[in-house]
Amino acid sequence: MAVKTLTINGEQYSAQEGESILSVARQHNIPIPTLCHLEGLSTVGACRLCVVQIEGIPRLLPACTTKVEEGMVIQTANERLNKYRRMIVALLASEGNHVCAVCVANNHCELQDLAYSVGLVRVRYPYLFPNKQLDATHKDYVMDHNRCVLCTRCVRVCDEVEGAHVWDVAGRGINSEIITGLDYSWGNSQTCTECGKCVMVCPTGALFEKGVTVSEMEKKKGFLKYIITARQKKEWVSIGNE
Amino acid sequence: MKDKIQKPKVATVWLGGCSGCHMSFLDLDERLIELADKIDLVYSPLADVKTFPNNVDITLVEGAVTNDENEEMAHTVRKHSRYVLSFGDCATTGNVTAMRNRFGNAELIDRAYRELADISNSVPNDHTLIAQLREQAIPLHHLIRVDAFLHGCPPTPDEIWFAINELLQGRIPVFNTQFLRYG
Ligand code: SF4
Ligand code: SF4
Ligand code: SF4
Ligand code: FES
Repeated sequence: MAVKTLTINGEQYSAQEGESILSVARQHNIPIPTLCHLEGLSTVGACRLCVVQIEGIPRLLPACTTKVEEGMVIQTANERLNKYRRMIVALLASEGNHVCAVCVANNHCELQDLAYSVGLVRVRYPYLFPNKQLDATHKDYVMDHNRCVLCTRCVRVCDEVEGAHVWDVAGRGINSEIITGLDYSWGNSQTCTECGKCVMVCPTGALFEKGVTVSEMEKKKGFLKYIITARQKKEWVSIGNE
Repeated sequence: MKDKIQKPKVATVWLGGCSGCHMSFLDLDERLIELADKIDLVYSPLADVKTFPNNVDITLVEGAVTNDENEEMAHTVRKHSRYVLSFGDCATTGNVTAMRNRFGNAELIDRAYRELADISNSVPNDHTLIAQLREQAIPLHHLIRVDAFLHGCPPTPDEIWFAINELLQGRIPVFNTQFLRYG
């Protein structure tokens, strides 16, 4: 496979043809914030937090879906990028009902971490306070739509890794919502294997285990690496307590 | 006789919050003694003063704007304070106070005063005595201009200490990395 040379933040790097900018950045410990992207799942480019600036291209492009090209000159962090990233986090915060103080994922939440990393001091947009529902019909897990940021990680892990395809996205725009089956309640799903993979990959407190209270829901994502390496390389890797 | 040196005037205000942020202020513990030497506490739920004074230097506001009384107070605070600080998550995001927003006021009042009432199930409606709920509880900065934002439910005493000391030294405290924390 051809090797491509590119510049990221003033430094030269080489990458494999077909690789994404994000993958190159991650290999060299260049931080780029992400939300919908998760190593081991397919890439959808939905959240736009990973936008980077590429010389000669007026639009900002998502690092997770943009493939490297010969001679690319990329900026991964500057005030312009941070401004847009901050706007995205602010919009996510304003269109759900995020009350961290009483949330199961408090202090273990990727949305919170993003808010801190982009320096979100306050949300200028009006909060929408949508009237979202909570589905507690499953025997082990709860789906609280108030905290869902529609990253679709749950949809993808269930389809691509577990092979059950319990989840989907229904509706459009601001009315989009994650649904179970053909919009049944989760507890009535005929396809859910109760594996809990969706709960573990969910970046927020939208999906959680029954019985946990404020700040208690810690997500462990190590299983993804375990299963993916087993499938691709026929190796069982140790994931410790990840 | 020696002229009395004017100390900065500080006020704290309690809008739609649980008073937890004020409790955290009290958790400054022995630092309160140091603070008492540096400032004049001119208005606060912790001090017996009835009306918000003029020419306050620093005002910390706890809680979301949840009723008409809060709204009026917020405007008074802005008008008479040099620096207004949003004090904790309720003031900064609406937080717990704004959880009622997805229900309408009628439904809310019915639940609180009729459904859950043990003794008298009547709704207080003399709004000369009891503040009228706004349709929605909103963060302070959605109503008035705010100079700095303290985070957390409640903010830590260290964050409060940092904020006040920055202001006493004439700097607006910046919280975009250090102390930035929701919940
Ligand atoms: S999901 Fe995250 S951002 Fe939302 S309320 Fe919970 S901790 Fe806060
Ligand atoms: S439930 Fe969680 S994983 Fe699924 S879309 Fe919402 S935030 Fe993402
Ligand atoms: S931020 Fe937390 S501690 Fe402060 S008033 Fe609101 S609920 Fe209470
Ligand atoms: S991480 Fe790239 S678009 Fe979401």
